[in-house]
Amino acid sequence: MPKIPLADWINSIVDWMEEYLAGFFDLVADVIESIVDFFSYLFLLPHPFVFIAILGVLAFLVGRTSLMLFSVIGFLIIDNLGYWPQTIDTLSLVLTSGLISVILGVPLGIWAAYSKGASRIIIPVLDFMQTMPAFVYLLPAVTFFSLGVVPGVIASVIFAIPPTIRLTRLGIMQVSGELTEAADAFGSTSGQKLFKVQLPLAMPTIMAGVNQTIMLSLSMVVIASMIGAQGIGAEVYRAVTQLQIGKGFEAGLAVVILAIVLDRFTQNIFKTKKRGA
Amino acid sequence: MTILQVKNVSKLFGSHPEQGLELLQQGWSKERIAKEKNITVGVNRVSFDIQQGEIFVIMGLSGSGKSTLVRLLNRLIEPTSGEILINGKDLRKMNKEDLRKVRRKSISMVFQKFALFPHRTVSENVEYGLEIQKVEKSKRREAALQSLELVGLKGWEDKLPDELSGGMQQRVGLARALANDPEILLMDEAFSALDPLIRRDMQDELLELQDKMKKTIVFITHDLDEALRIGDRIALMKDGAVVQIGTPEEILTQPANDYVERFVEDVDLSKVLTASHVMRRPETITTDRGPRVALEVMRERGISNLFVIDRSKKLIGVITAEDASDALKNNKKLEDIVILDGPRVGPDTLLNELFEITSMSKVPLAVVDDNGRLTGVIVRGAVLGALAGESKAEEVKPHA
Repeated sequence: MPKIPLADWINSIVDWMEEYLAGFFDLVADVIESIVDFFSYLFLLPHPFVFIAILGVLAFLVGRTSLMLFSVIGFLIIDNLGYWPQTIDTLSLVLTSGLISVILGVPLGIWAAYSKGASRIIIPVLDFMQTMPAFVYLLPAVTFFSLGVVPGVIASVIFAIPPTIRLTRLGIMQVSGELTEAADAFGSTSGQKLFKVQLPLAMPTIMAGVNQTIMLSLSMVVIASMIGAQGIGAEVYRAVTQLQIGKGFEAGLAVVILAIVLDRFTQNIFKTKKRGA
Repeated sequence: MTILQVKNVSKLFGSHPEQGLELLQQGWSKERIAKEKNITVGVNRVSFDIQQGEIFVIMGLSGSGKSTLVRLLNRLIEPTSGEILINGKDLRKMNKEDLRKVRRKSISMVFQKFALFPHRTVSENVEYGLEIQKVEKSKRREAALQSLELVGLKGWEDKLPDELSGGMQQRVGLARALANDPEILLMDEAFSALDPLIRRDMQDELLELQDKMKKTIVFITHDLDEALRIGDRIALMKDGAVVQIGTPEEILTQPANDYVERFVEDVDLSKVLTASHVMRRPETITTDRGPRVALEVMRERGISNLFVIDRSKKLIGVITAEDASDALKNNKKLEDIVILDGPRVGPDTLLNELFEITSMSKVPLAVVDDNGRLTGVIVRGAVLGALAGESKAEEVKPHA
């Protein structure tokens, strides 16, 4: 039996896309790049100490004293070790892919919750996306978007979007049938039911998904650095390839600090909102 | 006036419900259709009319289709066949927009497990129905506060639902349903999740509210006591079909078949039957007669006391044989010996309250109507007899 020429097929699909969808990819690349640039411009605008001070205030609002202390001390260490611009690049990349994941993932999750047909397609695709080794995404991403931060964001989004979709779907489906029935019984339109009842009640679950998505995209930064995404991941990658243990540890520590701060922020944002409401 | 008409409405669940409907019409049983065709009969060709201002109770055990039926009335579940007319308009022929209008303006629902939105305050919950109609904030808040005051929850408007007890939560549910000022209130086992004492209070309050509001209420319950307490009429359901529709008394005294009879046999009659069920025709004498006539009447009838009434049948009091013969010897008049403070009850007094009164009183109990006219008499034996199931329709009819 001859071997199925799967690799050839994939190659020809990629070739076709490269030829005919180039304009679309350019547009996507422009959009993504400008978002990343906007974030890093915004974050690099103030002096690091000013940035840290603002971060501290936000941390206090979101998670009280302990988060404030951790964020301030952590980012001071990063600045002190000399990884400030790289960390900001990485933060911008992670926030961009997080933002794109939410913009795409939440509506997809809602769709999957509403339609059995949609979820029958979306769920296996998500399984595929999550289990396919992340390196495999790098090649087509590079083919379509060349080197740099854009394919890094694309690869991160593909790798990191599944939890947002899954948990949005789960969150909507978990809203008790009696509550959606009550919304219907009072004459809500589907939009009113979604925005006034289902989404607010699903919010903690959706936020858990967003939190996971951000963590996953952060875990992609080292891999993304292989295709030219600047940032702290590139420092780790360089240290590894040059066997500089100390430098690798420093850069790795910066990733950890960033990860913990992002994690606590996304975990707490919703809780404080609820308390205030 | 008929506000809601249900005509031959069915709901079948499964992939080919129409086929199941045909088989039902051919006389197949619900079990056979479920077994051979994999179609579940939820509601089986139900018809009834509901009058403006009545409390119509739909009662049945779990699985009898009552919760499905109530959801057909506002099309939360689509009926398979039949007509549902609200003020003459067929709900099934309405498009989405019209249906929403009916749900917003005409029919509200109260749910078994309250179904309050946990992320909204009490007031925001009550405002929900108005909010989605885009009523402005200050107006709907005002309506919500009014409706909360009606159910006795003034001052709780800014709490979250889970800060309230179960009974209070269901009051919020009721206030939410009332805030839209609907004509029809659907209450799906609204009090079933509450503990018995609170359930009792809620029933009383619902009746009180109903006195003021005169809504049309469709009340679903599996609890016969509840149905008998609050229902103006009761529809008893079994296997998706209505077995009997009637007033509580009709259901109790004239059960349509064995099923209803078995259903009602465990009822605590003392909480259902009233004085008017067990009273007998009173023996009376008017004030212008003398003690001799009184004694004669008593001797003739073989009784030891007589009620004294005036010409308009108004009860004055009671005389005993002993006092009458004493009066005869001492040349007294009837007025001198009549006992004025004998026990009196209204015709709606429940049997279990009668017990205590009859056991403490030496003279028989007088049943008087709102105008003070004597309508019947209750002797101790009759109360016990009624509880033992002796009560017969002929016997309990008050005399004209």
